[in-house]
Amino acid sequence: MTVATGAAAFAKGPTAPAKPAPRATKGVRQVPTFCDICFWKCGAIASVRDGVLWKVEGNPEDPLSRGRLCPRGTGGVGAHFDPDRLKRPLIRRHDRGREEWAEVSWDEAFAYIATKMHAIKATHGPEAVAMFAHGIGGNFLKHTLKAYGTPNFAAPSFAQCRGPRDVGFRLTYGEDVGSPERTDIKNAECLVLIGSHLGENMHNSQVQEFADAVGNGASVIVVDPRFSIAAGKAKHYLPIKPGTDLALLLAWMHVIVTEELYDKAYVAANGFGFDQFAATLGTYTPEWAYPETGITPEVIRATAREMARYKRTLVHPGRHATWYGDDAQRSRAIALLNALLGSWGREGGFYTPVSMDVPGYPYPPYPKPARPKVDNPDNRYPFAHEAITTGIREATITGKPYPIKGWFVYATNLIQALPNEAETIKAIQNLDLLVVVDVIPSEIAGWADVVLPESVYLERYDDLNVEWFREPFVAIRQPVVDAPDDQKPNWWMAKKLAETLGLAHYYPWKDIEEYLDQRLTNAGLSFAELKSRGIIRGAPQPIFTSEGAPLKFETPSGKIEFYSLQLEKAGFDPVPVYHRPADAPPGAFRLLFGRAPVHSFSRTQSNRILADMMDENEVWLNADVARRLELKSGDYVRLKNQDGVISNRVRVKATERIRPDCVYMVHGFGHTARGLKHAYQKGASDSQLVTRYVTDPLMGGTGMHVNFVTLEPEAIHG
Amino acid sequence: MQELTITRHNELIDPVLSIWSWQIPVYLFLGGLVAGIMIIAGYFVLQRRYRHTDFSTFYLPHIALVLLSGGMFALFLDLEHKLYFWRLFTTFQPSAPMSWGSWLLMIVFPALWANTLIRIPQPFQGRVPLFDRWSAALNQRPQLIKGIGIANMLLGTLLGMYTGVLLSSFGARPLWNSAMLWMLFLVSGLSAAAAFVHLITTDEYERELLAKADAAFLTLELFVFGGFISGLLTSSRVHIEAVRLLLDGPYASAFWVLVIGLGILVPLGIQMLAVNHRVKHTPVAPILVLLGGLTLRFVIVYAGQFSHWT
Amino acid sequence: MARFGMVIDTVRCVGCMDCVVACKTENDVPEGFNRDWIAYDVTGTFPTLHMEIRSERCNHCDNPPCVSCCPTGASHVHDVGGVVLVDADKCIGCKGCVASCPYGARFIHPDGYADKCTFCIHRVEQGLSPACVAVCPTHCMHFGDLDDPNSDVSQLLASRKHHVLMPDAGTKPRIYYLT
Repeated sequence: MTVATGAAAFAKGPTAPAKPAPRATKGVRQVPTFCDICFWKCGAIASVRDGVLWKVEGNPEDPLSRGRLCPRGTGGVGAHFDPDRLKRPLIRRHDRGREEWAEVSWDEAFAYIATKMHAIKATHGPEAVAMFAHGIGGNFLKHTLKAYGTPNFAAPSFAQCRGPRDVGFRLTYGEDVGSPERTDIKNAECLVLIGSHLGENMHNSQVQEFADAVGNGASVIVVDPRFSIAAGKAKHYLPIKPGTDLALLLAWMHVIVTEELYDKAYVAANGFGFDQFAATLGTYTPEWAYPETGITPEVIRATAREMARYKRTLVHPGRHATWYGDDAQRSRAIALLNALLGSWGREGGFYTPVSMDVPGYPYPPYPKPARPKVDNPDNRYPFAHEAITTGIREATITGKPYPIKGWFVYATNLIQALPNEAETIKAIQNLDLLVVVDVIPSEIAGWADVVLPESVYLERYDDLNVEWFREPFVAIRQPVVDAPDDQKPNWWMAKKLAETLGLAHYYPWKDIEEYLDQRLTNAGLSFAELKSRGIIRGAPQPIFTSEGAPLKFETPSGKIEFYSLQLEKAGFDPVPVYHRPADAPPGAFRLLFGRAPVHSFSRTQSNRILADMMDENEVWLNADVARRLELKSGDYVRLKNQDGVISNRVRVKATERIRPDCVYMVHGFGHTARGLKHAYQKGASDSQLVTRYVTDPLMGGTGMHVNFVTLEPEAIHG
Repeated sequence: MQELTITRHNELIDPVLSIWSWQIPVYLFLGGLVAGIMIIAGYFVLQRRYRHTDFSTFYLPHIALVLLSGGMFALFLDLEHKLYFWRLFTTFQPSAPMSWGSWLLMIVFPALWANTLIRIPQPFQGRVPLFDRWSAALNQRPQLIKGIGIANMLLGTLLGMYTGVLLSSFGARPLWNSAMLWMLFLVSGLSAAAAFVHLITTDEYERELLAKADAAFLTLELFVFGGFISGLLTSSRVHIEAVRLLLDGPYASAFWVLVIGLGILVPLGIQMLAVNHRVKHTPVAPILVLLGGLTLRFVIVYAGQFSHWT
Repeated sequence: MARFGMVIDTVRCVGCMDCVVACKTENDVPEGFNRDWIAYDVTGTFPTLHMEIRSERCNHCDNPPCVSCCPTGASHVHDVGGVVLVDADKCIGCKGCVASCPYGARFIHPDGYADKCTFCIHRVEQGLSPACVAVCPTHCMHFGDLDDPNSDVSQLLASRKHHVLMPDAGTKPRIYYLT
């Protein structure tokens, strides 16, 4: 056992990889795979030149990327070469969070984990282990933990991201919007974006379709406190006061209903409770909405009429929807507005996604957990249809409804993903075991007891991607180059851990190639063909209902629920009701955050290629306000939130492109993990300042745009 | 208002061009100084000063050779791909002033050196018999000596012009993009050379003559500056913005105080008083002129890099 | 002879920098340097703003000052398509070409020679598009022969409003921006 301290344990030597594999041959070799820099899973073709990874390009056969990756995917090469990568398994040597480690062998790591897991099972039952995962790579570890006997799996993508949206749409249409979103952006004649900064939020297919729509001359309406990239393409830009979107949505619906601009045939054929819904809109006039939103009645009317003018109008449901705690109801309002415009099931609206029939691997049945999931006791959040990360965190702190003593964290940096870092750390201190599987030494890895270094996607097989999309296809991820050090693929870890735990019978396959071959054979597909092409497409199927044909909905009424009896029964507003958000304290700004096209969450800042595009974030500040505060672009400031938390120093971007009452930052910067040498303390972390959040009563989502900051010149802190 | 955000951040380019630091102004100054020296030395050859003194035809060209070598060494230090410098002499690029310049320098060296054969001073005679023989042969052909004088004046003029043309050919740098720049650098080179000879010569006549010449060159330089500035001020927006860098922009204090004030007006006043025998000759004026000439190159090179198209 | 140029649709471009990343990996552009970049050009006062987003690079000018000022012939106009290239083995690193470019398109490679966009001539000669054009997820970039009236680029220029960068600098740039 060798001992290493702090960051040194994470990265030895300035640059490790780039060494050609022994079997390196001259010339260029190409391997199809699919991307993992975000979770969109675009089909890619990696090129290896003289044995060294060279570039990654889109696979022309791939319906998601249409042969063109986004900047992060193109920069995927940098993940392989990242000198800050985790290299060997690590076991904690000191207090949690001190980032002091012993490098251990894989066997030692698994033996340590298994001992702890046996102890947890004996004392608290297997349900006391929970797993947080993001992305397809978590599938095998989930399998191992299900075999171990826990039902507790959660991803921040629900309660910290798209959950409220999916709940709002489920309550209305009986179905999720899904991921990739089932939006037919490219065929929209009118596209409404509410806080969705497409183009900065770089979900490949969506941005491609957005460009198509803009290129086709679609009328784009953008609602955002910040003049986003998308706003730059808009015919109407509505600089809304943050937190008041629901007021605008209600006023729009008021105009569309009172002026009878809605698709009457569609609503009559598919709507449930329309009259009751319409009756609630009476007071939501544009004049009422004006002081709330700051958008003039003329603009509200003009944009409402603009939406109704076209047959193909899409009000985009958004993605990161956890803003103010009323997010499921706001999303429901978006769903209802779409319903008025008849966009569900229509071209230029929402399509019906299709997928290939590829059966799962025929595993033995899992043991039945003795206790239900821990995250949502007594169905506190009645419309949460996925597990709530913050619910697991809460149970870990309180021990109720039952204790949680072990966490597995796969590829999600919980410190930056969950609101209120202090609560996350408090929960971690209650654990007997925290295992983090990651490719880089993220903040959450810094708190772990055991860190398992995963090979990056270009070095490993993963589970098949059987996507729900415009057309059916299946895609494979396969190794392009070797892992530079002792990193291992997740499937190997999951299998080894299962074997160490005495659960070997859950892994009847020898290696993943056998697993993949089996699944594909069962689906009537060829493993060899998939390996050589990367993607196999199925026969296209219709994804739109022909005009006038009856639509089916999985709601209790079988119709689009303008008035929700489900909500009424559960004690909630059956039609969304607007509640005014709290104003910023004097001198403070509402903290808003979003995405840059060249980074994924907090996971890519040490990727040297992507860091070269953007290596620190800026705090956007209205130019007039900046003048008043005597700040100019490039000045360093620190942000201090309402609870006294002070950020790392961050540069000011004094700009006309934002309202004076809020500031904006790109998420994922201000790293505090010492192993992330290149990203360490560059820029500020928005999540560190999100000490407050408002929980959505419908589904447990955490509204995070409820924090306020003041700006302090860097000089104060030296 | 306009808010332009550019994601490029190339070293030496962003946020402002800063490819050239001290080496290039030093090279341009020494080149201009040597150009002036050649013109003066050539004039003295034509004036047959070599019959009276060793200085202007032997020591002065030698000093010029050292100064020019120093300048070229500074230029060499500036090259980023130093081991490839010989590529300059494998080609001639007619559209490139720098190519003209490198070949011009190849002629300047022998021309300067030829001066030194006209009259080899006593202590150096017999050291290299070949030189003595050439010197003797030269002295039998007065037309050749005259030719050396003319060649020095001509090549000196070309060299002095070249130091300005080099910069003014960069259309992308509005401050340099002036047809007056070659004249400015030539006149400034002449005044610096006059000051330099004035400073180091031991010959009473030469000192007196060059003090007068210096006063004339400095006066001329003021007029050339006037032309340079008004030319840019009456040109396009980018040129006006460029010249304002000197007039009231970030380089204004260096320009007005060091270049115009201490570099021209003050020494001009001193020289006027000196040639009218109101004050004695001191090294003050020539040193100010030399420092002013050097500062001029620095200011023009740096402000020129700062100036840009938008 | 062909005269290669680019036509870039600022209406479609979202400034995602994919072109920049693709150039980096395709051409091994060293860390800290850019052969291409994005300009976000915003005019107006909040909230009445206009934004033009441009993917910028060497304009491969018809009248390239970087070529005329080069003392060694390292900077030259390539036979194929009139593309402006640098022969690293002839470059002495005098930086004259860097100063001569009004677009700031050139930089000094850490190995000492002047470097810049090549229009990915190594790809173009194989019948491929430049890496930036091929990767663009918004399909906002077009590459082709400006002298061929039937080319994609010529057709776009014939049908859409466009402008070039710094026309008054007299360089006759060959990258056009559709507005």
